[in-house]
Amino acid sequence: MQYLDFEKNVAELESKVSELRQLAPSDEDISIDENIKQLEQKANMALEKLYATLSPWQKTKVARHPDRPHFRDYLEALFDDFIELAGDRKYSNDHAIIGGLAKFADINVMVIGHEKGSNTTERIKHNFGMAGPEGYRKAERLMSLADRFNIPIITFVDTAGAYPGIGAEERGQSEAIARSTQTCLNVGVPLISIIIGEGGSGGAVAIATANRVIMLEHSIYTVASPEASASILWRDSGKASEAANSMKITAQDLIEMKIIDDVITEPVGGAHRNHEKILRDVEINLSRHLSEITKLDRKIIIEDRRNKFLSMGRVG
Amino acid sequence: MSWINNIVTPKIKEILTKKDVPDNLWIKCPESGQMVFHKDLEANQWVIPGSNYHMKIPAKKRLELLYDDEYTVIDVEGSVSDPLKFKDEKKYIDRLKDARKKTGTDDAVVISQGNLGSIPVTCIVQDFAFMGGSLGVAAGEAIIKAMDEALRSSSPVILFSAAGGARMQEGILSLMQMPRTTIAVQKLNEARIPYIVVLTNPTTGGVTASYAMLGDIHIAEPGALIGFAGPRVIEQTIKEKLPEGFQRSEYLLEHGMIDMVVHRHDLRSKLITICKHLLNK
Repeated sequence: MQYLDFEKNVAELESKVSELRQLAPSDEDISIDENIKQLEQKANMALEKLYATLSPWQKTKVARHPDRPHFRDYLEALFDDFIELAGDRKYSNDHAIIGGLAKFADINVMVIGHEKGSNTTERIKHNFGMAGPEGYRKAERLMSLADRFNIPIITFVDTAGAYPGIGAEERGQSEAIARSTQTCLNVGVPLISIIIGEGGSGGAVAIATANRVIMLEHSIYTVASPEASASILWRDSGKASEAANSMKITAQDLIEMKIIDDVITEPVGGAHRNHEKILRDVEINLSRHLSEITKLDRKIIIEDRRNKFLSMGRVG
Repeated sequence: MSWINNIVTPKIKEILTKKDVPDNLWIKCPESGQMVFHKDLEANQWVIPGSNYHMKIPAKKRLELLYDDEYTVIDVEGSVSDPLKFKDEKKYIDRLKDARKKTGTDDAVVISQGNLGSIPVTCIVQDFAFMGGSLGVAAGEAIIKAMDEALRSSSPVILFSAAGGARMQEGILSLMQMPRTTIAVQKLNEARIPYIVVLTNPTTGGVTASYAMLGDIHIAEPGALIGFAGPRVIEQTIKEKLPEGFQRSEYLLEHGMIDMVVHRHDLRSKLITICKHLLNK
């Protein structure tokens, strides 16, 4: 596992544990065994303490950890009978956003999400999770399709932002994002969004304008990435940590500000340390939210979603 | 000597440094470098006579140019002004105060109602002079309020966009203006009220990725920079030089993103004609 720069203390303790394990080939030496146990405990406590007080900038690093479960992992673990639906019917098939029909806890759903990829080849294929207009037009197409057949929609958000490129601009990146957001607001079926890593700017909003927006404990949701924020505010992307710390980007801040609706606690040391647990907890959380909204009338679903966003930032 | 120093010298100094006129008496064309007398520029609707460069224009002047005569500015209240209590070298509330003083408006968006070619319309203007026209809660709220007023009076909406993008100092609440304004546009669409966007220099970032690209008709002023990502960001990402005219109005027209590029002198009459068409008048 890859340690983050602020995990040095934990890394040292954990490496000592594994060293000791190699030194004690069997359970002959009880004193070493005892030592290992103590060290392990110490390492766990250090990890727990560290993750209870992560700064927003440290959380940004956790949210971007390459071993953190990606959309594909959730798709495989939580959904059955997945039928991928490709393409925007206008230009191409953007692999930064994947989507299709699936079963979630015996309910038919449309599932859509950003995929970052887990190795170099995949990352290039998925463009590091940064979609172009085709990705957002695909999302829009799939959401409309789901709406027509009364199928609830679940979206997984994990992107640094929409891709800034020549082709993306020429083919209307901004219009595609705006239309996708508009579609989110118009569908009469439940729309639940979960931010599993980075919720980067308009690229996230385009599929996260949902009835319920849920964040993992160490994920972030930003108006612009901390690097971009620092560059805009102070013309210095090196001040990213300052930007992160002052812009209220954590799940804890955002639930307090009533921007999001729920936070899912991560395993100690972050989701990347225990895939199994986080996948299970996300499943439980999603099915609870889904069952709550599914009962509602189409009109109410649209109205509630609109009213939720309209009330943000209003006084009284 | 002392009376000379005390009385004459200050008098002379006063004469030498006296300013009857503002500093910006002559305005330089950012494109051609040509110097234009400010009154000539104003008479030409802030378009440089030689180069046809369209200068940025204060919100109130924009309204004067648009309406037939009188118009009403609508007040906007009821939104948080400093949600993050943001502070860098300077407090955000102090930056707001400075911007208010400089522009004479409460925030970056001014909303109004009046007649355009005898048709009652609602007009929304984003003023670049107010913190780069950036979109925060107050600006978003103004857009929503204007569109709601248009809904009530059933009058077409004309929106002049100009913004670098999000109001960074308001963080996520700035981002939330994208869905919020989109809801307001959607209500106009549902009520079949014409919504015309005039994209002016510059319109970038989250603003384009919401209400500014959801118009029934998109007009752009000549040479305006319009895009989602700023050119500097794109250049840094792809590490290539950008094509000639990239993200300018004429380029967007070629790529099918807008309906027309209209010179500021022709804008008013074009808008009247479009409103008449859409209203079946």
